[in-house]
Amino acid sequence: MIKVKNISKSFDEKTVLNGISCEFEKGETSLIIGQTGSGKTVFLKCLLGLHKHDTGKIIFNDRDFEKMNESQKMELKSRIGTVFQGSALFDSMTIEENVMFPLKMFKNIPFDEMLDKVNLVLKRVELENSNKKMPSEASGGMQKRVAIARAIVNNPDYLFCDEPNSGLDPKTAIVIDNLIKEITEERNITTIINSHDMNSVMEIGEKIVFLKNGILEWEGSKSNIFKTDNQAVTDFVYSSNLYKKVRKMYQKK
Amino acid sequence: MSFLHNIGLYIIMLQKMFHKPTKWKVMKELILKDTEDTVVNSLGIISFVSFFIGGVITIQLALSTTGSFYPDYLVGYATRETIILEFAPTIISIIMAGKVGSFITSSIGSMRVTEQIDALEVMGINSINYLVFPKVIALLLYPFLISIAMFLGILGGMTACVYGGYSTMSAFIEGIQTDFIPFHMTYAFIKSIVFAFILATVPSFHGYYMKGGALEVGKASTKSFIWTSVSIIIFNFLITQMLLG
Repeated sequence: MIKVKNISKSFDEKTVLNGISCEFEKGETSLIIGQTGSGKTVFLKCLLGLHKHDTGKIIFNDRDFEKMNESQKMELKSRIGTVFQGSALFDSMTIEENVMFPLKMFKNIPFDEMLDKVNLVLKRVELENSNKKMPSEASGGMQKRVAIARAIVNNPDYLFCDEPNSGLDPKTAIVIDNLIKEITEERNITTIINSHDMNSVMEIGEKIVFLKNGILEWEGSKSNIFKTDNQAVTDFVYSSNLYKKVRKMYQKK
Repeated sequence: MSFLHNIGLYIIMLQKMFHKPTKWKVMKELILKDTEDTVVNSLGIISFVSFFIGGVITIQLALSTTGSFYPDYLVGYATRETIILEFAPTIISIIMAGKVGSFITSSIGSMRVTEQIDALEVMGINSINYLVFPKVIALLLYPFLISIAMFLGILGGMTACVYGGYSTMSAFIEGIQTDFIPFHMTYAFIKSIVFAFILATVPSFHGYYMKGGALEVGKASTKSFIWTSVSIIIFNFLITQMLLG
């Protein structure tokens, strides 16, 4: 479980996050949504420790991240899996080496055992027999699946995904979304996804946090996002013509 | 102000390079890979440049020292001094700033742009130690490259001198052996070690702290070449003043 208490972050006097507080439960897929520039990526990077927040607290299972010493922070980070927007695969390594990387860095186990674990997660993301391919030889969807495999190979407690289906066709995007949701449930981990895709919200969003101009504007579940009166949320949700039509249909009914 | 900020950032990078070392098993592979990328893959260009520049130095010296006032061995002597003292350690290092320096900046810069460095950091890996330290260790072999440059430069000079008909082989060899000061070799290798450290760290700094996209990677490579060359020239002056002045 992750608790965020009143975090703020500014860059050169420009406030990007302003007093955000929320909680992310274990075994649940949470989505941070909002328009471009709303502070989603900065929020995720603060959670990951890539940006230091100016005020507030981030608590991982009752342990304040800021109060941890370096080795405790490193130990925590080794239990976090991350899927970046651009996959961030190491382009000088094969798919197998990419997925094996966290094991090589943090586990002292024989190579064969590492290979078994790699093959297991590659099978889980439906990429068997792709071990020796280079990332440049893989499609966008495959690269995302490799990134997911790399993120989960070390059995993390937390999974962070920054727009995992950006740049993918709608069908592949749904496959990736479902894969993340299934893995979250199977392994009972805390998953946080950054997205601006309403399809993801409808498909996998158990808890939704809506950011606007660095402020937590609304939070709830996918079932009540369509019922809310919050103007900023309805503007965001019904910005697509498809959802406008769906809304009209419901209103007629 | 920005200059001082960058110097401070560079010093912090050097400090962080020694923190939280990467597992030796992984580091060993990185050092071997970086040795291949920076040292072994530079052998060809260094051999080629050294041999032919050695030849050109000798021809120019021979042409400007013709006449009965100059002893025959002078060409060999002057070639040796020029190559050992300045050409091999300094000029080759500036060539390496272009070849190895831009390779280091662009490879680390591309990793920054594609979030690969962020991926290392969120895994709890000290990315500076992982990326920069193996390059520093790999370039400890740099004096070996410089000794090859010295040998081939003098060999190129001798070939040009003898086959160009400027002097005899025995006179050239006599020149190479005349008034040889072993400390000049020590001076050249001390310079090489310092330049190797600059070659590994200055381009890494420009790649690691770059911001932006693909265009900025190119700009960072150019900037890195300029600053690596400037650093080499400044340290060349300081070391020469300290050791020979």
